Amino acid sequence: MKSFFQLIARHRVLASTLFLMIFPFIMPYEALAINILIFGLFAMGFNLLFGYMGLLSFGHAAFLGIGSYLTGIGIVHYSMPWGSAILVGVIGAAIGGLLMGFLAIRTRGIYFSMVTLALGQIVFYCFYKAESLTGGENGLRGVRVDNFNILGITVDFLNPLVKYYIILFFVVIAMWLISRILSSPLGAVMEAIRENEKRAAACGFDVARTKLLVFVLSAAICGLAGSLRALHLSIVPIDSLHYLQSGQAVMMSILGGMGTFFGPFIGAAVMLYLEDVVTTFTKHWMAVIGLVFMFFVLFFPKGIWGTILSKLNLNQDSKS
Amino acid sequence: MQLLTGIALGSIYALLALGLCLIFGMLNVVNFAHGAFFMVGAFMGVYFLGVTGNFWFSLILTPLATGVLGLLTERFLVRPLYGRGIDYPLLLTFGLSYVLIEAMRVTFGIEGLPSVTPDGLKGTLDVGIGFFPKYRLFLIAATAVIIFAVWFFIQKTRYGLIIKAGAADQDIVKVLGIDIAKVWLMVFGLGCAIAGLSGILASPTRSVNPEMGIPILAESFVVTVVGGMGSPVGAVVAGLLVGVVYSMTSLFFPDLAELSIFVLMAVVLLIRPQGLFGKAGAMG
Repeated sequence: MKSFFQLIARHRVLASTLFLMIFPFIMPYEALAINILIFGLFAMGFNLLFGYMGLLSFGHAAFLGIGSYLTGIGIVHYSMPWGSAILVGVIGAAIGGLLMGFLAIRTRGIYFSMVTLALGQIVFYCFYKAESLTGGENGLRGVRVDNFNILGITVDFLNPLVKYYIILFFVVIAMWLISRILSSPLGAVMEAIRENEKRAAACGFDVARTKLLVFVLSAAICGLAGSLRALHLSIVPIDSLHYLQSGQAVMMSILGGMGTFFGPFIGAAVMLYLEDVVTTFTKHWMAVIGLVFMFFVLFFPKGIWGTILSKLNLNQDSKS
Repeated sequence: MQLLTGIALGSIYALLALGLCLIFGMLNVVNFAHGAFFMVGAFMGVYFLGVTGNFWFSLILTPLATGVLGLLTERFLVRPLYGRGIDYPLLLTFGLSYVLIEAMRVTFGIEGLPSVTPDGLKGTLDVGIGFFPKYRLFLIAATAVIIFAVWFFIQKTRYGLIIKAGAADQDIVKVLGIDIAKVWLMVFGLGCAIAGLSGILASPTRSVNPEMGIPILAESFVVTVVGGMGSPVGAVVAGLLVGVVYSMTSLFFPDLAELSIFVLMAVVLLIRPQGLFGKAGAMG
């Protein structure tokens, strides 16, 4: 058992890719699997900042929303091809991350959470007010992806399974990138900052610049999740920018296990699956999610995956 | 005129930030459910007003109810998390806010309740430079009284002394034979009671719905950051400042009203990251 988990930990991107290849077949329907894929990526991007560097942002919906809106605006208003629209979304989110990060990293601890929450509200109001571009309260409609050809094969984006694998392609690239970052020297500096910021600074690392860099990377990954979501839903609801959406990333990370590679993904899967099940018999699923979340904060602060890892004593050498 | 509107709005912010500040200064806990307690206060206020038919009665009942809710929260949810770092109580209260929002939806429906202005406070009053809604004047006066009461309680009473001592050094207070856990319980309850009170006070000026606590939470965080964390003076001054900035912007640039206070925060962060009344180095 233990060696099996070690094997997964060593080849984490390959393992998750293989699993995600068969994932839509074990889910009740493909749309849920796609949702989990997108929010799993969102939570992973968030966790890069929170789990590995200890910065608790409550404004990450901003990046999900910027990614969604810019991709949507590109397609709807400027009839961009979807590939470049994704690129615009990701770059836009990264620039947003640079601006927000520049202000937010001037503060520490809970101030950081408060400032990111407040800055997230700015982004919300900006997109909300720019009604001619974003559709305001109604959201942006008509983000369509037409059929296209790859190597002579016509790809039908409206087929849910095809859509799943196209989105998976981007998610796997992002996962590989996250994995690379974490096992690079940058990843080590991030964890050093989380454990003791002053000591990391004394070791000669530029703490502020590392924080800003990771903030931007995290924003870009969340922006990618947003772009993919716009393509998936073919509309961009204004909810994407909402503070509760930021909270979802936080909840997913904690639920799955912050500071672990698979944790946020597992958290997203469990939460969205739970939502799917709970909404069939009550519309008050938020209360259920809230209670489950509180239960985990109180009794299992390491989350599902983190608890499994610590039970197996795998946690010391590599946080997989 | 617009200045008065701003002060009326600002007094709600000041009250909320004061409650946040009280809990943070003492327990080192950021109550992310503060907006939710505000929302619960507004619902209960309108509900009690409907049942008793007396605004003053509900003005007393509501903070008692949210205060008790706060006591339960501290005792059973927040207390187990002391010593686990600052993030956990924050996360827990965040989860609690979800539950409170849904609880109000279950009880009162998703539409919310119509807000009611008490009879004696309807209409306007000539304040010399023009007519001003009576209720807003009452709001300003009530806030002033509450802030004075809290100040008096902290500065001039025995309990206030214990609270201040506890915030400075909890071990010494323990050695002196004071049950610090009880003090924390009371402070958390008091903070939540103030949040509930600001909820009922604000209810006639805005729509009462389950989501009303969310924007106000973000705004009271802005107030806290502008004023400087843990500074009660900062909370009050920044609250009023934010209120005035908001209503001035909505007079001249209505579209930018919501944004203005966040811009204010960004400017303050650039110039004084620790907030107007915060001590340097207190940001950690």
